[in-house]
Amino acid sequence: MNKINMAQAITQALEAEMQADEKVLVLGEDVGLNGGVFRVTDGLQKIFGEQRVIDTPLAESGIVGTSVGLSIYGYKPVAEIQFSGFMYPGFNQLVTAAARLRNRTRGEFTIPLVVRMPYGGGIRALEHHSESMEALYAHVPGLKVVIPSSPKEAYGLLRAAIQDPDPVVFMEPKRIYRAIKEELKEDQEPIPIGKAKITKEGDECTVIAYGAMHWVAQKAIAQLGYKYHIELIDLRTISPLDTETIINSVKKTGRCVITHEAPRSFGVAAEIIAQINEKALYELQAPVERVTGYDTIMPYYQNETNYIPDEKKIVAAIEKVMKE
Amino acid sequence: MPRKTIAKFELEYLQIMDEKGSIDSELMPKIEKERLKELYKIMLLARTFDTKLLALQRQGRIGTFPQATGQEAAAIGPAACLEKDDWYIPSYREFAGLFLRKMPLSNVILAFSGDERGNKNNSEYKNYPLTFPIGSQLPQATGIAMGMQLEKKKNVVVVYCGDGATSEGDFHESLNFASVTKAPIIFIVQNNQYAISTPIKLQTSSQTFAQKGIAYDMPSIKVDGNDTLAMFAATQEAIQRAKLHQGPTLIEAFTYRICDHTSADDAKRYRSEEELESWKKKDPLTRLKIYLEKEGIWTEKDQEQTEKENEETIAKAIEEADALPAVTPEDMFQYMYEDMPDNLKEQLEDCKKFKKDE
Repeated sequence: MNKINMAQAITQALEAEMQADEKVLVLGEDVGLNGGVFRVTDGLQKIFGEQRVIDTPLAESGIVGTSVGLSIYGYKPVAEIQFSGFMYPGFNQLVTAAARLRNRTRGEFTIPLVVRMPYGGGIRALEHHSESMEALYAHVPGLKVVIPSSPKEAYGLLRAAIQDPDPVVFMEPKRIYRAIKEELKEDQEPIPIGKAKITKEGDECTVIAYGAMHWVAQKAIAQLGYKYHIELIDLRTISPLDTETIINSVKKTGRCVITHEAPRSFGVAAEIIAQINEKALYELQAPVERVTGYDTIMPYYQNETNYIPDEKKIVAAIEKVMKE
Repeated sequence: MPRKTIAKFELEYLQIMDEKGSIDSELMPKIEKERLKELYKIMLLARTFDTKLLALQRQGRIGTFPQATGQEAAAIGPAACLEKDDWYIPSYREFAGLFLRKMPLSNVILAFSGDERGNKNNSEYKNYPLTFPIGSQLPQATGIAMGMQLEKKKNVVVVYCGDGATSEGDFHESLNFASVTKAPIIFIVQNNQYAISTPIKLQTSSQTFAQKGIAYDMPSIKVDGNDTLAMFAATQEAIQRAKLHQGPTLIEAFTYRICDHTSADDAKRYRSEEELESWKKKDPLTRLKIYLEKEGIWTEKDQEQTEKENEETIAKAIEEADALPAVTPEDMFQYMYEDMPDNLKEQLEDCKKFKKDE
């Protein structure tokens, strides 16, 4: 069987869900004939037609807002925002409508909407094309936030996101759209939202990562070889956070390093540390380390390798917690 | 190198019934007299409801309340054109239309007394809850209409916004999406001439709000928003086009709120007494009443009788709202997601532990 990359896996997940449920629609800028700027929706319009793969006007609030309306009317829209840096005009519709309507109508309206967007740095893109702002969405009650780390993960998680009865922000680490190839089984199942995955077992130090940083963390751990028994967790879902898996692991290892591309303060790592503080503080052997982007504007690409955490930084953090 | 006119646009204004209740019989839409009487009764109900809720607010029994006095015709005329399966999507001053579409009065009372249960539709009609982030309901409404269009349904959406909302990006994005997709939707701009205190001359340089639709190649019209018949006729025409899949329409309802913006506002700070008095003479209820009286289907006795019934209806609605069991911590948590995630379960337990019993 052929190995496929993450972009192809996402296309296949979309196709599978569109085949399975005629209420699933794809809409966004350039998603039809052009197949999206990353070709993630390539070929879908040919299969499903212009009624189900809709090229919209260039307006993010319009895309998210009409998707909310389509959801209320009974569709399951999968809206593509071309780059996460252009999401903000649509942020209002996510926060004041998509996230709230189930609650404000006491369950009468539900919003089974997926908003897909490529995020993160590492592809030498233009300004506004490289940020990692997942914490913004994770902070909004009523949304779910999912970030896949590989082709298989993207396929399974996106299928689950589309089937989910609540709004899901699906952030795609575009740096690894084509960097990793995996074989996809014929009967690849959806991967449940809200469950993290232990991708490598160990009992001396927990490393928590997601998206492209899971790939970087794997490389860091490989560099360390057999030096430590490291447990690696792929978070998969940012919100709701799988605290149980995290806490069980940290209780076992007593050490933890968390890594993300996003800015350091008020981020996902900060929340995980707070959870560890509440539930496993006395089992820690060392203070938890964060390996993150900086509280700076994501730089233009000349400087992005200084911004995005690399293997070296993760290795240094692991060595630091292991010293204690 | 020619330089020539490549397009010309015109805009119509429609009034069928003037301030004295006289009608232009050539423009008169087909509507049963009994139906008009029913509309008038609901408008009266909405008017009394407004006064009553303001009183409740003053007594501290409900929170801030946006009154709608003066804008009843713009709300009910379009609502009267709709079927059950058509969607009626208010901004937040369309109580008359919502009451016609069987939304329980107790809903409004609950919603403004800090209880989300008031947002439940509780009606077999497709009504949408009120929206406060200005204009944000417009793309949502457009999405519903796009869904109808995809299914080739013969239904329509009527959605409202105010004059202030026309400055929002969502207004323009919605008109554009609707026009491009030929979605069966009627946008109604309730131009009551003030966005809280901001007068229309600071809101737009356009001569009318209706002309904003022309840029989207959308049939657009300015209507006397205090004229129930004109609002009805303009909407009916728009619905006919929408049902033939000819796309959306923009209706500017030129009106005035004969009240403050909300119970927390004092319109005297930005509107003159003379202006207010001049608009009281254009009251949508007064002219419809005169018309019905002239037609011989309405009397002072009917008026008294209806006012009495309305008082009772409102008192009953207040009782209904009061009779609901108090909100619980569960109410806050259980509608966040279909399945409650662990963090919320944990937080719910915490909330229950420290529950405020009053």
